[in-house]
Amino acid sequence: MAKFKMHLLVCSGTGCHASESELLLQNLKTIINDKGLDTEVQVIGTGCFGFCEKGPIVKVMPDNTFYTQVTPNDAREIIEEHVIKGRKVNRLLYVNPETQEHISDSKHMGFYKKQLRIALRNCGFIDPENIDEYIARDGYEALAKCLTEMTPEQVIEIMKKSGLRGRGGGGFPAGLKWEITSKSVSDEKYVVCNADEGDPGAFMDRSILEGDPHSVIEAMAICGYCIGATNGLVYIRAEYPLAIDRLKIAIDQAREYGLLGKGLLGTGFDFDIELRYGAGAFVCGEETALIHSMEGKRGEPTMKPPFPSVSGYYEKPTNVNNVETFANVPVIINKGAEWFASIGTEKSKGTKVFALAGKINNVGLIEVPMGTTLREVIFEIGGGIKDGKKFKAVQTGGPSGGCLTEKHLDTPIDYDNLVASGSMMGSGGMIVMDEDDCMVSMAKFYLEFTVEESCGKCSPCRIGNKRLHEILDKLTKGNGTLEDIDRLKNLSYVIKDTALCGLGQTSPNPVLSTIDNFYDEYIEHVTDKKCRAGQCKALMQYVIIAENCVGCTACARNCPVNSITGERKGVHVINQAVCIKCGACLEKCKFNAVVIK
Amino acid sequence: MATIKLSTNKIDELRAVCKSFNHEKGELINVLHKAQGIFGYLPAEVQEIIARELNVSVAHVYGVVSFYSFFTMLPKGEHPVSICLGTACYVRGAEKIIEEFKRVLNIGVGETTSDGKFSLACLRCVGACGLAPVVLVGDKVYGRLSPESVKDIVAEYAK
Repeated sequence: MAKFKMHLLVCSGTGCHASESELLLQNLKTIINDKGLDTEVQVIGTGCFGFCEKGPIVKVMPDNTFYTQVTPNDAREIIEEHVIKGRKVNRLLYVNPETQEHISDSKHMGFYKKQLRIALRNCGFIDPENIDEYIARDGYEALAKCLTEMTPEQVIEIMKKSGLRGRGGGGFPAGLKWEITSKSVSDEKYVVCNADEGDPGAFMDRSILEGDPHSVIEAMAICGYCIGATNGLVYIRAEYPLAIDRLKIAIDQAREYGLLGKGLLGTGFDFDIELRYGAGAFVCGEETALIHSMEGKRGEPTMKPPFPSVSGYYEKPTNVNNVETFANVPVIINKGAEWFASIGTEKSKGTKVFALAGKINNVGLIEVPMGTTLREVIFEIGGGIKDGKKFKAVQTGGPSGGCLTEKHLDTPIDYDNLVASGSMMGSGGMIVMDEDDCMVSMAKFYLEFTVEESCGKCSPCRIGNKRLHEILDKLTKGNGTLEDIDRLKNLSYVIKDTALCGLGQTSPNPVLSTIDNFYDEYIEHVTDKKCRAGQCKALMQYVIIAENCVGCTACARNCPVNSITGERKGVHVINQAVCIKCGACLEKCKFNAVVIK
Repeated sequence: MATIKLSTNKIDELRAVCKSFNHEKGELINVLHKAQGIFGYLPAEVQEIIARELNVSVAHVYGVVSFYSFFTMLPKGEHPVSICLGTACYVRGAEKIIEEFKRVLNIGVGETTSDGKFSLACLRCVGACGLAPVVLVGDKVYGRLSPESVKDIVAEYAK
């Protein structure tokens, strides 16, 4: 590889991509070429840096300068000032919100300080479309080590000792799964990578595939060697076109280098990978449903046992792991089980990637050691709640998880603690809510999702969730009774106990956890017909306070249904019969005259 | 329902797709993805051809098409608008964006404007949660939207 003095790393993940990072990358390349610097400065499109809130991001190496919210028009200034004259472009540096200080090295930013990147180690560092860059960072070394120096049993032993648990949500020990599949006797076995990231609000698998596809390919080959499989399949969402493209490029390159195909690295081991596309069904994250979908059928789950490790894809033993789980494997082999097991808590080893989103200042993708507290994640890494509002709850584990509150903030995050608090790890979505979010509405939102995504095979999930949703809808419309709240609870337990698969067994979690933690709010919806967050339209009115109204007419002009009347400089009034409660008047009023009652 | 006349070119293309997958019934979902790429949607006529080519029942094909939200049996508008209803977008006000699109385009979710220009749909998470709330028009992602910005987006395509 050519030696460059300087590298400009431009984030090309989906988030930054949507903010014109592609054009920015082109501009940087063009200007570098025009100035004749192309032999000294290399411009690379990389995977996600994680700090999506401040994207698009450009990182200048070797001085580690971190530019945020860079537009295509900023390309010239970065090159003329920073690259040529060595002067940092101050206005594009991250500003510490507390001290108003410009920070140029990402290591000193609150967002990165507490992070430890194992699964995301290469995201933002390498060009995902260039296998040489992966190899330069010890890529495929683990595979070579396994194939030439170790027996499958030895590799499985390392995996077991490392304590790595499935990152897709279940938390099943990965090494044990590999061992079970390796012991199943069959002429053919399969390695499946579950990249059907259906949990709304989670995007770690997408980012890994976009930023470091080779780590997944390498791990799948290692897994194939351990369990005795020659075929690998990646089941990936069709909604992730960029990840699909990058994965395809990576697979082709690996084949070219003899790292996939016949006789890997000159040994007698064959392994190749094919892609299968999902088509938008949340339930397909469940492994038996996923396997049916790969066989071209409806993605309906079946009873376990038999587990896929014994009878999976076309009834052959199949080892299904999630993208993030695989991404950890090469590092574990290279650095050893003891190293990995030294990170994390007693029963949850290593790190976990979380997608921080919702009402939080630093939205993005983070990776922290297991055992980090929610408070550290939300307030130190996440930078606290947006617009200085008050923290209300955080939903972990997506639609299958629960809402955790203030009292859970100091709980160290690991698989078992989250379950004990009434939520779950899930795939690592973390949605933060503030005082403006109504918890009854949140529960309803999640149930709406489950009702839509239920495959319909078993009745507790198909019918039960529908009934839960109806009761919640009744509550948000102010027609609920106290018995309804009991009914919600009872029905939730029945669904949890009797549903066929993970989707149904966890779908009532948002209902139960919101009732547990926000019982007052449920009661208010029933007895006071009140929604304190002001989200349930049926339970609120927009009213103009006469003393505050100066008669500027802003509200009346912006009302889409002309429900506001009043003279200029006179007090305005909202006609409740016409008002559609869109909230436009509240947003437009500069005098705090419009309030929710 | 009126039968739709499919162009013979496209039917040939579809048959070639089925052939490229060796008429394997296990490849049904891959075939459907390609078919939707060719026709833009999957009307009953297309499903019938696929069923014949892969030697499965039409009911089986329909069962799969109706199971997955990515497949549609109705033609989309020239500029399909998809509003993300993932949790991150929801808590950042996606509902208001939907209402505004409905109002501006004067259609409901799942419908197409009478001139065939726009169709409106909801989807779950495109993974651009950092930009929430997010809307896709075709493949283009619009992020950090407010209800006020809806008009401008529609105007961009209405020409």
